Amino acid sequence: MMAVTMLSRRGVLTGAGGLLLAAALPRRAARGATRIVEDETGPFAPNAFVRVATDGTITLILPNVEMGQGIYTGEAMLIAEELAVGLDQIQIEAAPPGDAYITKELGTQATGGSTSTIATWAGLRQAGAAARTLLVQAAAAHWSVVPDTCQAEAGVVRHLASGRSLTYGEVAADAALLPAPTAPVPLRDPATFRLIGKSQHRLDSPAKVAGTATFGIDVQVPGMLVGTVAACPVMGGILTHVDADAARKVPGVRDVLTIGNAVCVVGDHFWAARKGLEALSITWDEGVNAAVTTATIYRQLHDALDGPAIVAHSKGDARAAVAGAATRVEATYQQPLLAHAPMEPINCTVQVTPERCDIWVGSQVPLRARDAAAGITGLAKDKVHVHNQYIGGGFGRRLEHEYVIQAVQFARQVSYPLKIVWTREEDLTLDRFRPAYVDRLVGGLDRHGNLVGIEHRIVGPAVVARWAPEALLPNGMDDDLLVATAETPYAIPATRLEYARREAPGVVTAWWRGVGGTRGVFVVESFIDELAAQAGADPVAFRRKMTADNPRARAVLDLAAEKANWGTPLPPHVGRGVALQYVFGSYLATVMEVEMSDTGAVRVRRVIVAVDCGRVVNPDQVVSQIEGGLIFGLSAALYNEVTLSGGRVQEDNFHSYRILRMNESPMIDVHLIDSTEDPGGIGETGTAAAAAALANAMAAASGRRYRTLPLTGRQA
Amino acid sequence: MSAPAESRRRVLRRTVCLSLAVAALGTGTRGARAADADLVARGAYLERAADCEVCHTRPGGAPFAGGRAFVLPGIGTIYSPNITPDRETGIGTYSDAQFVSAVRAGVAPGWKHLYPVMPYASYARMTVDDVRAIRAYLDTLHPVHAPAPANAVRFPYSFRPVMIAWNLMNLPSAALADDPGQSADWNRGRYLVEAAGHCAECHSPRNIMQATSSAHSYAGAVTDGWRAYNISPDPDSGIGAWSDTQLAAYLSRGHAGGHGTAAGPMADVVSHSLRYLTARDISAMVTYLRTLPARRSDETVANITPDALATGPNDSNGGRLFAAACAGCHLTTGQGRQVEVADLWGARSLGETQGRNLMKLMVEGSRLDTAQGAMTMPAFGPEYRDQDLADIANYAIGHFSHRIGHVTARDAASARGGEPPS
Amino acid sequence: MLTLQVNGVAHQVDVPDDMPLLWVLRDVLGMPGTKFGCGIAECGACTVHVDGKPVRSCSLPASLVAGRPVTTIEGLAGDLVGESVQQAWMDIDVVQCGYCQTGQIMSAVALLKANPHPTDEDIDQAMSGNICRCGTYRRIRAAIRNAAGVA
Repeated sequence: MMAVTMLSRRGVLTGAGGLLLAAALPRRAARGATRIVEDETGPFAPNAFVRVATDGTITLILPNVEMGQGIYTGEAMLIAEELAVGLDQIQIEAAPPGDAYITKELGTQATGGSTSTIATWAGLRQAGAAARTLLVQAAAAHWSVVPDTCQAEAGVVRHLASGRSLTYGEVAADAALLPAPTAPVPLRDPATFRLIGKSQHRLDSPAKVAGTATFGIDVQVPGMLVGTVAACPVMGGILTHVDADAARKVPGVRDVLTIGNAVCVVGDHFWAARKGLEALSITWDEGVNAAVTTATIYRQLHDALDGPAIVAHSKGDARAAVAGAATRVEATYQQPLLAHAPMEPINCTVQVTPERCDIWVGSQVPLRARDAAAGITGLAKDKVHVHNQYIGGGFGRRLEHEYVIQAVQFARQVSYPLKIVWTREEDLTLDRFRPAYVDRLVGGLDRHGNLVGIEHRIVGPAVVARWAPEALLPNGMDDDLLVATAETPYAIPATRLEYARREAPGVVTAWWRGVGGTRGVFVVESFIDELAAQAGADPVAFRRKMTADNPRARAVLDLAAEKANWGTPLPPHVGRGVALQYVFGSYLATVMEVEMSDTGAVRVRRVIVAVDCGRVVNPDQVVSQIEGGLIFGLSAALYNEVTLSGGRVQEDNFHSYRILRMNESPMIDVHLIDSTEDPGGIGETGTAAAAAALANAMAAASGRRYRTLPLTGRQA
Repeated sequence: MSAPAESRRRVLRRTVCLSLAVAALGTGTRGARAADADLVARGAYLERAADCEVCHTRPGGAPFAGGRAFVLPGIGTIYSPNITPDRETGIGTYSDAQFVSAVRAGVAPGWKHLYPVMPYASYARMTVDDVRAIRAYLDTLHPVHAPAPANAVRFPYSFRPVMIAWNLMNLPSAALADDPGQSADWNRGRYLVEAAGHCAECHSPRNIMQATSSAHSYAGAVTDGWRAYNISPDPDSGIGAWSDTQLAAYLSRGHAGGHGTAAGPMADVVSHSLRYLTARDISAMVTYLRTLPARRSDETVANITPDALATGPNDSNGGRLFAAACAGCHLTTGQGRQVEVADLWGARSLGETQGRNLMKLMVEGSRLDTAQGAMTMPAFGPEYRDQDLADIANYAIGHFSHRIGHVTARDAASARGGEPPS
Repeated sequence: MLTLQVNGVAHQVDVPDDMPLLWVLRDVLGMPGTKFGCGIAECGACTVHVDGKPVRSCSLPASLVAGRPVTTIEGLAGDLVGESVQQAWMDIDVVQCGYCQTGQIMSAVALLKANPHPTDEDIDQAMSGNICRCGTYRRIRAAIRNAAGVA
């Protein structure tokens, strides 16, 4: 569900296979027995995504990792549609690290940026179709008939004239001998789709509901011991001394290991390890960041609102347009550092032997994890085996792999398999954080209240410069920051986007659900509301006027407004806010209804979303992602802010990093627009919409603007 | 720059104990003075009863190495000294007589008068032998080099001889002698409550001289922003309605069914002191407490039973926040979910309509050590708005005590301000 | 040595008195369906039943439940309410990442056993101690409604 700007919207995947993890099983066939299988290469493996065994077992190898977004189900649907099998006839596996799974969108084998369906929409169907073509050819050859007289359905090839049939398993061995198609084979007419576009149950539901789905933290390896870690609480600090005498006396503690910036206590079980960790007396050299506070970071950002910046994007002469406007509106917005806080704390299980290295982990970047482990251990890359597991919430956190590096560094010191599990405190305080940003916008309106131009300056870190330095644009721009800012749903005569890069001291910044969309939509859609207010215009009407040339945007805006009864009277203290966005290739209009009490308590009552994300693979999961994405975004918009004092992150568990609860969560109605456009991303769109719609609704309810996140909850 | 790293999460607590202390003798370090294992064992027990460690340990610091700050409004900040046997910064060079003088008379070597933050007015009532036993035990500790920070005290209090006058007026001169008219149990209980346990230091209000008041003894008082409750036998505002079993449970485990759980400073007392006392000594304390004069005070106990709970969900802001952030331990019925200490029925903090202790507890959190490990309530202060904390408090007071809470956002702000420094 | 009754089976375990039930289940008995989320009873991922009541096993010393019946997610098979709740979860595809869902289900089963026909407000009150970071609350509420009335 996470992370990077789309570089292109199409990708064709090719390559040779391999496999790792049998993840979900046919619905209700077995209550969840997740099993790890090693190399069950079937005789028929025409590409990296399909395998058919002679016993009829059909295995789909899915390039993206499942972390809640429903991608296992969606990608299985794409292959199964063309392979002509039912979802109850397959087993699915997480792809191993492999070049075949590298996408153009992210430049590595990664799951993020809401790119999965965009990237695999064509390629996975092609993989299924190619496999089906060969199976049909093999059956036709068996009967000495032409393939065109045969049809495949539900894993069986039939000769229509004679009624003879062979299962895929029965022809798998023969099909394996046939040469793969050299050109793309024709795909189904979308009008005949059996699966795509029709809501399918998630393949991972049974195991997850039964408690048998194996997340990284659940991995059991024979002889394994459990460790937990204390790393220097100040980023960049190092370990100078550890007194482990007391820790070693804790019953069940087996080892105390150190690396440059961290200590790991290993025990028979997590509790022993944790008690041991508490008994350590550690001295750190906290280094240059020991005095960093949140105020340091914000001051640096605000200071850069004036002074040099690069021009990242421009259209027309925005300076002149704004300078000559009848009315000018200026606003500065501030957004905090945010933690990912997935429910599954960071963990990684590693066994290093002289011959090989096995890593069991939930990772959005398995290839990076593999390569890093090879570097540390000195093993060849093909001797490093990454067994990707279900991820208990990614949100961008598992696009990092520093915890894999840490785990390998500890595990190479011992002979037993070592499972590292971080405490929640470690997970939160040593997260890699969504950056803090400050944005200033100046807009101009003409005498009729029409927007004539916007000057916009973004100040903040360039995450891409660390995460994928080669993707930093030649002018120094992080193109993630262009999302929702350079490209909006509106026709604005003149725009100028400036960027002043300021890296945050004392923290590592990283991708966070919605990435540029989450930060950009908040800023731009808040500002559009401020402009509308200045123009004396209704917020929906003001936006509508600027979407005359953008029918998809206008359609979602109209639909959301209609479903939300926009314009009808509301009780006192209640306000409606709207946000319109085009991010990840999808259009969303969101109307939020908020109640504010006299004492400042904020209650989100209702959210209405209209979405056009192009062709939909699994409609109910699109709805589910928008519902969940909104809740995720609302937690952050209402409550969340990571703060530093003395270089240390202060929020260390859910009592100090508050998450939206069921009794605070609104009703959410999602309306999908039928579309034949190519699919857009969806996993992050709800999150991107949340803060803007909320801030605009609060402004409507209270009569004052909210420009600093979080909007409430935190002691001021 | 290098800094000693306290564990980010937990203050490292000394894992007890007697056996170690005695074992240390075997390694024979401190010579003849500590040779008497019985004396050391007795001293270790008495140290628990007198609860030296809590005050003489800085949060996150080495046990007994001092450095904990005490802020005395209008007077200044005083730091507890290092009482490990370190010769430079601790009490390694004290003679026994000097040690006894410091503990019982408040006069340290060099005619240095201690401030009565050190409860020597209570310790004066301990026997010299018992204080010597504590010394013998402290001598078995690992010496820690830890100079105490300089006190920051305003004039005239900075002029230590001022304390001479105070001592003349307020300091008892002799140890408690047994009252032959009372049972041995009662006498033992009185010794533990009045002398070693120094209960009055918190539970009795102070007079204009900052000495504990005998006229209002054990009627309750506020220290560090926390109210130490009335523990006189008054049935409405004291402990008169508690059964012996309840009192003993509260003292020894920090929790009594129907009376809630010790929090804040009292949780410290149970954690480091009372839970190590023998059942017989606890029972003796109960016996003595029952005979104190009953004092009425403003705080009254709300005796509500779980049957009287309003049924159905509560849709107030406080009610919703309670269901979200608090019910994980307390349940919305308040009966506690996984451990007895989370059962909050009859807790006195819920009967206080101004919510003083409730607010301190929510802002600061609390930790109670038990035989089954540390029971902690996290500090909700940093994350929640003053108004949210007040809403939760008023909901809890109304819901569990059938009283109308009057807690305001300002009370929450003042609970934050009153946080003891760490 | 401690005897734990988990899902109707007696287990002898030799663990420290302060060791939370969660870690005994996960790391000693090898039952990983009960999840570690926070360690301070704020998130509900570790919810199991003791004496039929929903408790947070991360903050419950195992020594306190010796001999008392413990039910975990692995023990819901064959339980009418338990299976109905699991089915309701599958029918409307509640799960996303799924990590918190075993705890959610244990809280929901306990609710329905105590209150077979909960109102939405009852559901909110009973379930608000369980955090779902994926934000599946709306579907959890709907699934509980659908499963209601079985007991």
